[in-house]
Amino acid sequence: MTSQGSAPGRLPGAFMSQGPPSFTEFLSSYSPGLLPGTRELPAGVSAGDQIPHGTTIVAITFPGGVVMAGDRRATAGNVIAQRDIEKVYRADEYSAVAIAGTAGIGLEVVRLFQVELEHYEKMEGRTLSLEGKANRLATMVRGNLGMALQGLVVVPLFAGYDEDRDKGRIFSYDPAGGRYEEHDFYSIGSGSVFAKGALKKLFRADLAEEDAAIASLQALYDAADDDSATGGPDLARRIFPVVAVVTSDGYRRLPDEEVGGLAERVVEGRMQSPGGPSAPLL
Amino acid sequence: MSMPFYVSPEQQMKDKADYARKGIARGRSVVVLQYDDGILFVADNPSRALHKISEIYDRMAFAAVGKYNEFENLRQAGVRYADVNGYMYDRRDVTARGLANAYATTLGTVFTEMNKPYEVELVVAELGEDAASDQIYRLTFDGSVADEHGYVAMGGQADQVAAALQEHYEEGQPLARALRLGVRALERQDADRHLEAEQLEVAVLDRNRTHRLFRRLPAARIRALLEEAESAETQGEPDSGAGDTAAE
Repeated sequence: MTSQGSAPGRLPGAFMSQGPPSFTEFLSSYSPGLLPGTRELPAGVSAGDQIPHGTTIVAITFPGGVVMAGDRRATAGNVIAQRDIEKVYRADEYSAVAIAGTAGIGLEVVRLFQVELEHYEKMEGRTLSLEGKANRLATMVRGNLGMALQGLVVVPLFAGYDEDRDKGRIFSYDPAGGRYEEHDFYSIGSGSVFAKGALKKLFRADLAEEDAAIASLQALYDAADDDSATGGPDLARRIFPVVAVVTSDGYRRLPDEEVGGLAERVVEGRMQSPGGPSAPLL
Repeated sequence: MSMPFYVSPEQQMKDKADYARKGIARGRSVVVLQYDDGILFVADNPSRALHKISEIYDRMAFAAVGKYNEFENLRQAGVRYADVNGYMYDRRDVTARGLANAYATTLGTVFTEMNKPYEVELVVAELGEDAASDQIYRLTFDGSVADEHGYVAMGGQADQVAAALQEHYEEGQPLARALRLGVRALERQDADRHLEAEQLEVAVLDRNRTHRLFRRLPAARIRALLEEAESAETQGEPDSGAGDTAAE
């Protein structure tokens, strides 16, 4: 650890000074090398294709909460780099965060974001508002803009339970740190076009928690159906999407057996009709 | 201009120690004790905003008595220490021993080098896999560290409070009984002190939780636990019941 002009073993002066309750702000003065987005990249080189990328994430609101799900594939060019990567994470007690894009940087951003929220909570003795959390994440994405321009793009999706409004909310981002609130459902990543199309037909305002989880699996199935970088449910290896639910009871990742059971029902349905459930024409 | 006159190092240290002790003795007390599922912290502190007990990390908590701005400063430094180390290495690599050492060195340096020592006393506790691997470190204003087992009392009338704990503490007590013991011990600070749930700040490191084990208990829960211990006492448990009645 870098100590800043103090006796060995003693808590560094920076630790004892009055500073911001933000962990990122603190690190940027104490040890900036630990932060993503502060590294110099060689100019004019783009190696984005050779580095694993995370793919499709979906989020759906339902009365009293939100479901977030992500497939398990990471790709590097045409190679499947990882079959069981996890891209959906607990951000804090009442929110979830997921990433698409360059996996290495994305995972680092997620880890930093988790510490950021917990650090604020411990320093200030209160939790940030949902908008406050969404804004902190926007700042982190913006910090990565330099790398994004050189091909190492990371885009998160953030969803949480808003205690004041008693409902689930979804926030999406662009690589420049733009933050947009999405309504009802959203998807990011390479398969998002297909997933959004599926969700448009499947979404209803009165979905139950389990129905929302099934809709997210259907959307991921459709994404995997048409996008080579998105992985479908792997029945042979028992690798299923990560599905997380955030409600007033907090963040809960559905156990693998539960997701496996739902995924099997989705796959079974597709045996009869490969295009998935059909919506009425009018 | 007058010449500064000579003061022996012994006298200097003694003066500083007396000064710090006096400052600490002015405040109310805090107790920390192990119970069957974790570690319990009870503070005689009516404030809902200014805490004497706080979360440091997943399995670690902090309790303090003395001057608020000084221990709040140390608490924030501890949170930064834990979060930086956990982020740089892994969450499992943040230990109470490491933090206790950093606090001890800091307090020791301030005590010897500064004119005014910190008027604080701290406990850094870490929950292990079982009661035997729990760690409770007590740090005093001069940087000394003591590795404690079972219970700790610190603050204003720490001696009376510790005496009450010593008399009735048993290993592996359930939460309700441990809380009642802690509250009764704190009531020994004054001859006629009676503490209601609203005057207490109570928190636990609970082995049954996952991820972050620290939890504050709201006043309603404190009241319910105290009533539970009370009714358990009146309905039997002859051994402990007899002991507790004698305490009153």
